[in-house]
Amino acid sequence: MKNPGLRVYAIGYLIFLYAPIILLPVFALNDSKVVSFPLTGFTFRWFQEMWADDSLREALTNSLIVAICASVIATALGLLAARASTRFTFPAKGGILGLIMLPLVLPEMIVAMSLLMVLLAVGVPLGKHTIIMGHVLICTPFAVAILSSAFQSLDKSLEEAAYDLGEGPISAFRLIILPLVTPGIVSSLLICFTISLDEFIIANFLGGNTKVLSAYIYGQFRFPAKVPAMLALGTILVLLSITLLSIAEYFRRRGIAKTGGKDTGGFL
Amino acid sequence: MENTSLFGRIRQSEAASGLLLVSPTAIYAILLLFAPLATVLVYSVMTDAGAGKIEWVFTLQNYVEVWTGKVYRAIMFRSLVVSMAVTLCTVLLAYPIAYFVSFHVAASKKSLWLFLITIPFWTSYVIRVFLWKVILGYNGVINSGLMSLGIISEPLQAINYNAGAMVMTLAHAYAPFAILPIFVALEKIDRSLLEAGQDLGETKLMTFWRVTLPLSMTGVIAAVLIVFIPTIGDYVTPDLIGGGKIPMIANMIEVKMLKQNEKAIGSAIAVTAMLIVALVSIVFLILNRRFLKGQK
Repeated sequence: MKNPGLRVYAIGYLIFLYAPIILLPVFALNDSKVVSFPLTGFTFRWFQEMWADDSLREALTNSLIVAICASVIATALGLLAARASTRFTFPAKGGILGLIMLPLVLPEMIVAMSLLMVLLAVGVPLGKHTIIMGHVLICTPFAVAILSSAFQSLDKSLEEAAYDLGEGPISAFRLIILPLVTPGIVSSLLICFTISLDEFIIANFLGGNTKVLSAYIYGQFRFPAKVPAMLALGTILVLLSITLLSIAEYFRRRGIAKTGGKDTGGFL
Repeated sequence: MENTSLFGRIRQSEAASGLLLVSPTAIYAILLLFAPLATVLVYSVMTDAGAGKIEWVFTLQNYVEVWTGKVYRAIMFRSLVVSMAVTLCTVLLAYPIAYFVSFHVAASKKSLWLFLITIPFWTSYVIRVFLWKVILGYNGVINSGLMSLGIISEPLQAINYNAGAMVMTLAHAYAPFAILPIFVALEKIDRSLLEAGQDLGETKLMTFWRVTLPLSMTGVIAAVLIVFIPTIGDYVTPDLIGGGKIPMIANMIEVKMLKQNEKAIGSAIAVTAMLIVALVSIVFLILNRRFLKGQK
């Protein structure tokens, strides 16, 4: 730690990063409809109000359905594309993969609006399925990226050994390759699930009257009286994600310790 | 019959299996991404017939209107300025922290630091943006806090609902997207190069300027693009923080396409936005091409 200035800056930066998050529990537990100082007293009623909110539960259910479907479909599509791109050369490879990865460099609003224009023109009713369509589109590039690196680190001779021992391409894939890329599949599922859960623009415009969690929260912010209950919800979401991340981190470290590897700190 | 050689057949079957394998994903992207983008492109040169109908008459009038109209130009200019300011702030603020974690934190503690940096971003994006409104608002946390401490007697108005508040919110929202690529680039630098620089008589500052910074530019370039592209199309922040009074491109597209139901002109705005993003990104990459040489 030879550079104290940099360290002070780092701590200051962390405070900037955490400032909004720390306010969540403060005002979720504050007994006032208005989110401002001075604090007026301690209460759990915002949590009770949130818990009793039926439309919130509906939105949460919708979000979970959308996120699970989108992450599974995107990972399956990503698996095919990643395998094709790492194992085979085929005509127009660059163009095809470029199109699949395009949502990464397109503002989401443009993806959402152009898809909406087509859905309206064709006459597809909006709902959970249309949100899933959009989310699969933006999740697939992440799945392809994660799974491509998983496939790339595979030793090709393992597959060739399976062929030499008489396995066909499908059973070799199932018996040799799939188990080896399973960690990649799991992290692709998790990342896609998180992206879908947090995504707002597509969920808002392609959902019609179906509200997922992010769109529901956004709608509630129009009503000042609903804000404290949403802060209570935010508090619970933060606690939940910190717990989940800590568990994931714990298992990652244990995995590293087991294989005797060195912790390089790349948990994303 | 020219492909009957063994090599030709293997190539052909390899091409066929590759295409077969990639086809579900490719067809999905063609149907749900390429076709919609093509539709928007076609809409943008057609005529609005009112009530959301498109008249199939070719015209460039939409583009003339979008590129010369005062309101459109003001909004596009603002989006560009805000997203560039956000990119600049985010990357400048992120670099020292990435540098600190990569060079000054013990290897065993690096993952803890990355963990601490990423935790705030696993909260809902919408809630995070709203919290900045709560912090910076007229009766917000800063104003009410300072007033109850007796430091100020009137709420500060300079901090609420303006472009500066938007920049601050977005710089916070995209912080990890800037930190992580820079951190990865810094981690790849061979530390013996730095020693070599100092052995050859450079000061620490000059070593940083001539060795560390150029070698980490790939991360900086990635960070710039990762922050710039989504922020120029951000919808939530102008709506919540700006209170709808300072719209950006995404809000304008929504108003035209959905609220006023003028799909053709909305499409022209969307295409223009894509052109702006592509142009700025390409110019940026060309300006930095010397740092990308020798990279994949």
